[in-house]
Amino acid sequence: MHPLAQFVQERCPDAVTGVKDAFGELTISVRKERLVEVCRALKDDPQWAFNFLTDVCSVDYPDAEQRFEVVYHLYSIDNRRRVRLKARVSEDECRIDSVTSLWAGANFMEREVYDLMGIEFTNHPDLRRILLTDDFDGFPLRKDYPTEGRGWRNTFEFLPNTSEGPKS
Amino acid sequence: MINEPRTPTSARGGHDEFGMIHPAADPDDDSAVLRTEEMLLNMGPQHPSTHGVLRVVLDLEGERILKATPHLGYLHRGTEKLAEGKTYQQIVTLTDRLDYVCAMTNNFAYVRAVEKLLGVKVPPRAEYIRTIIAELQRISGHLFWLGTQALDIGAMTVFFYTFREREILIELFEKLCGARLTYSYYTVGGVSDDLTPDIIAALRVFLKAFPEKIVEYNTLLETNRIWLARTKNVAVISAEDAISYSLSGPTLRGSGVNYDVRKAEPYAAYADVEWEVPLGKNGDTYDRYYIRLEEIRQSARIVSQCLDKIPDGPFSIDVPGITFPAKEKVMIDMESLIHHLKMACEGIKPPKGEVYCGTEAPKGELGFYVNSDGGNHPYRLKIRSPSFVHLGAFDHMARGYLIADIVTIFGTYDVVMGECDR
Repeated sequence: MHPLAQFVQERCPDAVTGVKDAFGELTISVRKERLVEVCRALKDDPQWAFNFLTDVCSVDYPDAEQRFEVVYHLYSIDNRRRVRLKARVSEDECRIDSVTSLWAGANFMEREVYDLMGIEFTNHPDLRRILLTDDFDGFPLRKDYPTEGRGWRNTFEFLPNTSEGPKS
Repeated sequence: MINEPRTPTSARGGHDEFGMIHPAADPDDDSAVLRTEEMLLNMGPQHPSTHGVLRVVLDLEGERILKATPHLGYLHRGTEKLAEGKTYQQIVTLTDRLDYVCAMTNNFAYVRAVEKLLGVKVPPRAEYIRTIIAELQRISGHLFWLGTQALDIGAMTVFFYTFREREILIELFEKLCGARLTYSYYTVGGVSDDLTPDIIAALRVFLKAFPEKIVEYNTLLETNRIWLARTKNVAVISAEDAISYSLSGPTLRGSGVNYDVRKAEPYAAYADVEWEVPLGKNGDTYDRYYIRLEEIRQSARIVSQCLDKIPDGPFSIDVPGITFPAKEKVMIDMESLIHHLKMACEGIKPPKGEVYCGTEAPKGELGFYVNSDGGNHPYRLKIRSPSFVHLGAFDHMARGYLIADIVTIFGTYDVVMGECDR
């Protein structure tokens, strides 16, 4: 087992659900309830010191038992090392704890995940849509969001509806 | 006034250093001269200093900013969703539209991520060409930033000087790949065209004259009282906060944090040449200006070393299923014609898996997370754009400063909204 995965296993027993080392990148899957705890352990440990949150994003697997996967990329500036953390979130209980208490930069990143994938972050200070408008319907990065056909735009009254011919 | 820290404070009673009367914070205090109330001001989305379309809602107390809330998304084109329906080589053109000021760096960041997924190593000549072009893009991006930042602050002359050199570079890019703005020059496996001897000769002429030009820009600003007053101690962020807000690139290094992807995880030809990472001390706008100016010098240094060392050989790999075969071969060789057809119809099929690859773009760490299910288009593509992350720190960095400083703070990140909103 990779020493970093072993470290997480020792510090947060029962949190790790899987470890994968592929393409030279280490991925540690954790249970979503324990995510903040794992992040804090990785950040505060003087040896590993993962002090930089590179990115937060999400992936949709419609057929999986737990549909969504939230992906965190951490980086240690001192050790020049990266690690990827993953947590699965089900559609019925579509929320996960926010890491804004550890990294202030997570605020915008988590808002983007909420906006485009519809995953809620509990204890987030300002969870609003960020790229789309507040009255937008749906979460476009989900796989079941249609990429063609009529959409929200066709309901705008101020736009002429060209598909039905000109109005008299 | 210049060297004294302009500490962010809320209204104090009495007169400030500019002779303005400030009422005391306590409303019952008799010394309160004027009745005050907070004001909400919308800045943007159409504002010349926002470099795109960005709206900021400002909570103001007089001229001081209590809170700044950026509203993004005016340039959102759904690049990540679009990418899920395109083949890997088609996405290169989408990345051009992210940071359109230096589009080739986006191409570079993207093709590196795909190459990591494919396990492809590009030929040495391609690595050198990529390094040269990426650094020229950095120069042209920083020149664009310097011109517009100075223009926003009120020093108009610099703009004409920096755009004079930027034009030379853009004409070279046009010669190289036929485009001035959206280049799509980097391809998976190499680059689309060779660096010809006449471009190399033109580059040497440019590099010979360039150090003097940098001195010229600096002369316009270095001792300019207005420039100093408007950049020193403005938008200060400590190293600790800068890391916490995930800042990267010159914005992070201005606070003295030594993190440059080119040094931390050397790629292309960066390990073969000598160069330094300039670092700031105070984390203010002036230090970030200084760093970018120094980075221009370092980039020129990298380019001239690369031009001396550039090896001969192919500028792209030739692997069926990853690159298109050469046009001449397609015309005479049946196998190549089939490969060409398969590439055009199916495209690249990387193995199942996921990679994250960060590249040092002029604005900061531009990262691509590519999740592949083994098909010919990415299952999920996430773009970690530095401009978006930097705007997350906007509120923190703007609080306590004056309305007039807002344009400085926009500028200091080198924000391009096309990349921010994607």
